[in-house]
Amino acid sequence: MHISEGVLSPPVLITGWGLTLIGLTISLKKLSTRKIPEVAVLSSAFFIASLIHVPIGPSAAHLVLNGMVGILLGWNSFVAIFLGLLLQALFFQFGGFTTLGINTFNMAFPGVVSYYLFKRFIGRKNHKLSFISGFLAGFLSMLGAGFFTALSLYLTERNFLILCETLIIAHIPIAVVEGLVTGFIVVYLLKIKPEVFKDEV
Amino acid sequence: MHLEVFAEGRSLLHILDPRVKIVSFIVFVIFCVGAKGFLHPFVYFLISLGLVFLAKLEIKKVLARLLPANVFLVFFWVLIPFMYKSNPYLIETPYLKISAEGVYQALLITLKCNAILMATIALLGTSNVFMLAHAMLHFKVPAKLVTVFFVFYRYITVLHEEYLKIKRAALARGFVPKNRLQTYKTYGYLVAFLLIKSFERSEEVYRAMLARGFKGFFPVLNHFYIKPLDLFFGFFFLMAIFLIFFF
Repeated sequence: MHISEGVLSPPVLITGWGLTLIGLTISLKKLSTRKIPEVAVLSSAFFIASLIHVPIGPSAAHLVLNGMVGILLGWNSFVAIFLGLLLQALFFQFGGFTTLGINTFNMAFPGVVSYYLFKRFIGRKNHKLSFISGFLAGFLSMLGAGFFTALSLYLTERNFLILCETLIIAHIPIAVVEGLVTGFIVVYLLKIKPEVFKDEV
Repeated sequence: MHLEVFAEGRSLLHILDPRVKIVSFIVFVIFCVGAKGFLHPFVYFLISLGLVFLAKLEIKKVLARLLPANVFLVFFWVLIPFMYKSNPYLIETPYLKISAEGVYQALLITLKCNAILMATIALLGTSNVFMLAHAMLHFKVPAKLVTVFFVFYRYITVLHEEYLKIKRAALARGFVPKNRLQTYKTYGYLVAFLLIKSFERSEEVYRAMLARGFKGFFPVLNHFYIKPLDLFFGFFFLMAIFLIFFF
């Protein structure tokens, strides 16, 4: 979920930019020249994936895959998500420039957390465990993003409470689908090209 | 995929130095977000509307771009007027209370949001992406980030074509998206395939870049030169924003 321009209060926007700048700094420090093309091209792939709409109940939602970004890129999720949102703000007018900081953090941070929590369980030996780790990474990252988005709205205006609750509840079905898709991606990658999970981030 | 819809055109905003436009944009956004009361956001809204006309953009396309954000704002219009529990109410019945404060807040959010979006289109959208990225280097954005951005942007079009190919293959085999596990599995495999393609592509890109002597950044060939027109525009635009804010 990207929050549009003009909604959040300046302190929330500034905090968001601050957190994202910290994330980007760590990310760029860890990014070696060798890894630049990989991070860049995978970021484009995730940008394309975010254009895919999947059916959820009577409606449809586009994939976010911040859990998958997290597992594959670790701290570089900040770069991938920042650039993706930058283009969306520039070309589609989704989200915006003032909210770029907070939106990046809301999505990238849960991804980085899933990297540390679930990456270690993904391996060739046990596909079932890998699927479950992928599911949890996708599910919790999406729910985490929903939670942070709701929190940013709540910190802007206490009267938004009902809106925030609605937002988190609306994220649950999306998170389930994200989890399933992420799980399947993990299993397929393990079968076809397991070396994508090897990294030194 | 054609993304830079507004970058081609003949107008004052298309020939200005991107650096001047970026500074103008940032200052405009900061003041617009910080604006208080009704009058200031409204005047900023008019200014950004003026910018859209100054850029001679197709109004229809601009409106289409503003649509998604305004759909998002509909939620606020539906929810906020009921959430503020304060007098005076616009409509007050035992069952339905619409707070004047809530309607006012929703209106304010809508004005600011559209003002910033139109300024984005008119000021940033009128430069092409590589010029904006180049300008970023002048603002001391890390060269590494800009380099990642160049490659990222270049490969979006390539991977979009890959994606269309994979999707066509799936559709040719009778894939119909439905609410069931099989659909999510197909999408998962589809994205995974795209990731593998891009992973392999990135190896090739790296080797190609090494072969051309890549040292971690791209040298820039075209340089910007500030013209009197740029200074003139920057000065008057910033003055206008400051004057509105302080009066």
